Amino acid sequence: MLNRRVNTLPLLSPAVFILLLWMIAPLAMTLWFSFQRYNLLNPLTTGFAGFENYKSLLTDPSLWKAMLNTIALVGSVITVTVVLGTLLAALFDQEFFGRAVARMLIIAPFFVMPTVSALIWKNMLMHPVNGLLAFLMSSFGFKSIDWFGEWPMTSIVMIVSWQWLPFALLILLTAMQSLDQEQREAARMDGARPVHMFFYIILPHLSRAISVVIMIETIFFLSVFAEIFVTTSGGPGLATTNLAFLIYIRSLLEYDVGGASAGGVIAIVLANIVAIFLIRTVARTLEV
Amino acid sequence: MKRSFNKKIVITLIAWSAAIFMFFPIFWMLLAGFKTEIDAITTPPLLLFEPTLENYEAVQQRANYIKAATNSVMISGGATLLALVFSIPAAYAMAFFPTRRTRSTLLWMLSTKMLPPVGVLVPVYILFRDFGLIDTRTGLIVIYALINLPIVVWLLYTFFKEAPKEILEAGRMDGATSRQEIFYLLMPLALPGVASTALLSIILCWNEAFWSLNLTTSDAAPLTAFIASFSAPEGLFWAKLSAASTMAIAPILIFGWLSQRQLVRGLTFGAVK
Repeated sequence: MLNRRVNTLPLLSPAVFILLLWMIAPLAMTLWFSFQRYNLLNPLTTGFAGFENYKSLLTDPSLWKAMLNTIALVGSVITVTVVLGTLLAALFDQEFFGRAVARMLIIAPFFVMPTVSALIWKNMLMHPVNGLLAFLMSSFGFKSIDWFGEWPMTSIVMIVSWQWLPFALLILLTAMQSLDQEQREAARMDGARPVHMFFYIILPHLSRAISVVIMIETIFFLSVFAEIFVTTSGGPGLATTNLAFLIYIRSLLEYDVGGASAGGVIAIVLANIVAIFLIRTVARTLEV
Repeated sequence: MKRSFNKKIVITLIAWSAAIFMFFPIFWMLLAGFKTEIDAITTPPLLLFEPTLENYEAVQQRANYIKAATNSVMISGGATLLALVFSIPAAYAMAFFPTRRTRSTLLWMLSTKMLPPVGVLVPVYILFRDFGLIDTRTGLIVIYALINLPIVVWLLYTFFKEAPKEILEAGRMDGATSRQEIFYLLMPLALPGVASTALLSIILCWNEAFWSLNLTTSDAAPLTAFIASFSAPEGLFWAKLSAASTMAIAPILIFGWLSQRQLVRGLTFGAVK
């Protein structure tokens, strides 16, 4: 083969260089700050802090509350989106009237910016007096609920689930449609009922897609921020403060750079544990 | 035949109920945008009302809406262009001249996407402050280009691999340089792929709300941050909030519908096909 030898270095290196910079510089700074006494309000106290920031963070009950909230939020939204997403994908995998349009409607929430979806839910649906849910509940004879006061975390879970259910649905549907038609046909010929089809043929085929959804969602949900920012601001009390919001409070509201950085390191470690599994899964399908 | 038709009717009913249920909050917001403020908060809620365009007029007259919309366009567009400028050569090199290290380079790029933004909020904020980038479009353009770069490279890479190699090789034999090859051969061939990659990048930038809320205050605040300002005192103006929100999400909703397929590819890094 007659092929001009191409030096790929000048083509590839700019992208690699800026990404490397983007990855290493903030990471190194976070690590460095996490061992420093550094408060923007108090420029005189500086110097090496050792593990002080970590110690005070790890003995702070609000960190553990935030960790529990993060786990609750990530776990609940993943459960809701994966379970409902699988069922809906099975539904939308069937032929029915107006499928293309119905599909467009059902994935629409994913394209709504987080601040808009949080405010639609907070004001127009969940408002304890004028909200639509309050009206529906009272017309069925129930007491209306002060959603963000009584069920703050549940409310956040509902909003984030609404946004991300379409994501799970889209990916699981794509995976489902790649299932071999012949295999389905064969199972049907052998007399498999729809329920059996779902549990013995479709679900095993989906397992990889489901794990991809879970991993990607975990990484995104560790950083849920805007929804909390515009609805509860982490409250009442610490009820909806997740790790992301705690770090935001520490850094941009309390100016405690050292403490916030220690929190950042914890977030990075958590995300990396998930990321390792995700990258392994992706690597298995990557053909170069 | 009859039975399968009945089954189809049942499935149609269930699926459409689910679709309408999921779309309802958006529909409800759309409706509220055409109500007067009083109609919007009335209980029981109004399904039938006299539509008005006053909210759209009111919102557009507010200087900061126009500014926020302009910022969103400039920032998403700018970041996407910047990401493409860096990604196209990189994806070209990896798609057509793979080496031993191509695989690990791609995976490493993907891994940078896994860095949680909160983990680096503090240093990025301090760097931005020191370089005077807080509340500037430039700052957000740079950040968005960087966080989307892995997805853009990855998507372009998969599209470029599908381009007919023979044409590129023919060009190469006729003595085309890499630059000529990218501009005159690859770009026309892979244009649909590049376009949908750009579309996905614009969607992601447009809806990004972590960095925009933390790094902008007023001058460079895009629509995500502008809408957030409705959460406090102005939260009572539901109709205006709805009109502003409708305008903020409409273009992206259309882009999203156009790029459904690429979305799956882009968001799962090809792990789900």
